[in-house]
Amino acid sequence: MTRYLLLMCGDETAEQIAPHPLADDETEEPCWMPWAREMEARGVLLVEGAQLQPTSTATSVRNTGDEMLVADGPFAETKEQILGYDVIECTDLDEAIYAASRHPVALAGGVVEVRPVLASV
Amino acid sequence: MTAAEAAVAEAFRQEWGKIVASLIRMTGNWDLAEECAQEAFAAALTKWASDGVPDRPGAWLTTTARNRALDRLRRSKTEAVKLQEVAALSAPDEPAAWGDSGVQDDRLRLMFTCCHPALTLEARVALTLRTLAGLTTAEIARAFLVPEATMAKRLTRAKHKIRDARIPYRVPPAHLLPERTTGVLAVLYLLFNEGYSASAGGDLMRPDLTGEAIRLSRLLAGLMPDEPETTGLLALMLLQDARSAARLDGQGELVSLEDQDRTRWDQAKIAEGIELLEAALRRQRAGPYQLQAAIAACHAEAPRPADTDWAQIALLYGELGKFGRSAVVELNRAVAVAMAEGPEAGLALVDELAADDGLSGYYLLPATRADLLRRLDRRAEAAASYRAALKLAPTEPERRYLTKRLSQVSG
Repeated sequence: MTRYLLLMCGDETAEQIAPHPLADDETEEPCWMPWAREMEARGVLLVEGAQLQPTSTATSVRNTGDEMLVADGPFAETKEQILGYDVIECTDLDEAIYAASRHPVALAGGVVEVRPVLASV
Repeated sequence: MTAAEAAVAEAFRQEWGKIVASLIRMTGNWDLAEECAQEAFAAALTKWASDGVPDRPGAWLTTTARNRALDRLRRSKTEAVKLQEVAALSAPDEPAAWGDSGVQDDRLRLMFTCCHPALTLEARVALTLRTLAGLTTAEIARAFLVPEATMAKRLTRAKHKIRDARIPYRVPPAHLLPERTTGVLAVLYLLFNEGYSASAGGDLMRPDLTGEAIRLSRLLAGLMPDEPETTGLLALMLLQDARSAARLDGQGELVSLEDQDRTRWDQAKIAEGIELLEAALRRQRAGPYQLQAAIAACHAEAPRPADTDWAQIALLYGELGKFGRSAVVELNRAVAVAMAEGPEAGLALVDELAADDGLSGYYLLPATRADLLRRLDRRAEAAASYRAALKLAPTEPERRYLTKRLSQVSG
């Protein structure tokens, strides 16, 4: 098994790409639940994951050695931002690519970056 | 060349890909596989010269390469993972895996892994040439006009990605197979085209690349006989390659299809290409490569340019367009229509295309327009279009051809 980080990227101002994970009506299941069920059925282990608060809440920190620099905003100002992440474990890259392709963010038009984690389990 | 050297050279062509593919499956280590295969061929050069060429050179090389891999892994058994590799290599049930079918499957695995979509197209082509065809890094670098260090870096990076991101070493499962097969065919066709009409530099053709592309396509068609597009691609390459001797004149100038000396076309390649194409078409699953091969066959079967069945070619381009609208295909259809129905009909289609932004920068658009205008004897307009094409033509011989045409309509 190899561990992968799925980095969800997209335009956070686009409503359909950044859906709120919890439905207003508490009886309704979150939008990622069908994905999680499908992955579980395939033997993909969902280690952890979360949707992030918008980049307006982000703080970037640098330490040059001489001083610590703190700035408002994400590390890179781009049209697309990191919206959330999932850590999964599966057999190989093909399986991770499949998991990414089925993720609600990918289905909504976002991009999912798939990165193997160093020293995988 | 001595008999032993000739035998090693022949074995290299036949066995390199098989040996590397098997060693990668057994060790999971691409560098180790390549190095041990290389050492086995080096050993063969001295051993075969003194002891004679073995009865089964492939088996001799395979065993030698495998023993080298075992030795290396044993010597570096500090890591637990390496020990597992040694265990896997010396497993008692393992000889079966060296049977013919297993080895063939390994090459197919290798081909699909080299052409994985998670690698860049450049890396896919380079990796295929290195691991399957056995070209050296220096040779691949020369073929693609990049410094050897750049090519070495590209290959290393690709191999590390395969290892670290864990790209599986396998023939993809059924649900991925059609898409991935298309990807492998695309790499092989790109390789062929790079040899057939080089995208840069002074040479118009690189027969070493077309030769490798045909060899690998033959291998793939043999390994996937039920997939008509693999056979279609091989047929297409053979039918195009059959014309290569007539494509350049004595001065290395490009000769248009119309002006080529058809007696210089390779009839054996044409016959094989047509036979393969007919076998593929009998499966009744037409695809882009089979259609392109059918078009190439229309040209190959015409003894004189005037005998060409242009109406059939226009029809085939129409079918080809159904597999994905492409401006290049439309341009070729326009040429076929011009030949079948007259230059005006073709020119109307070309002018429709010229309005399309996707084709700006494609030198064949103004070049085709110029040729049609020349046939209509609209010389000033033809000259303007030849000048526009000249600005965009990628290689020297193409520029010289256009210059010659320009002087004909300007004179």
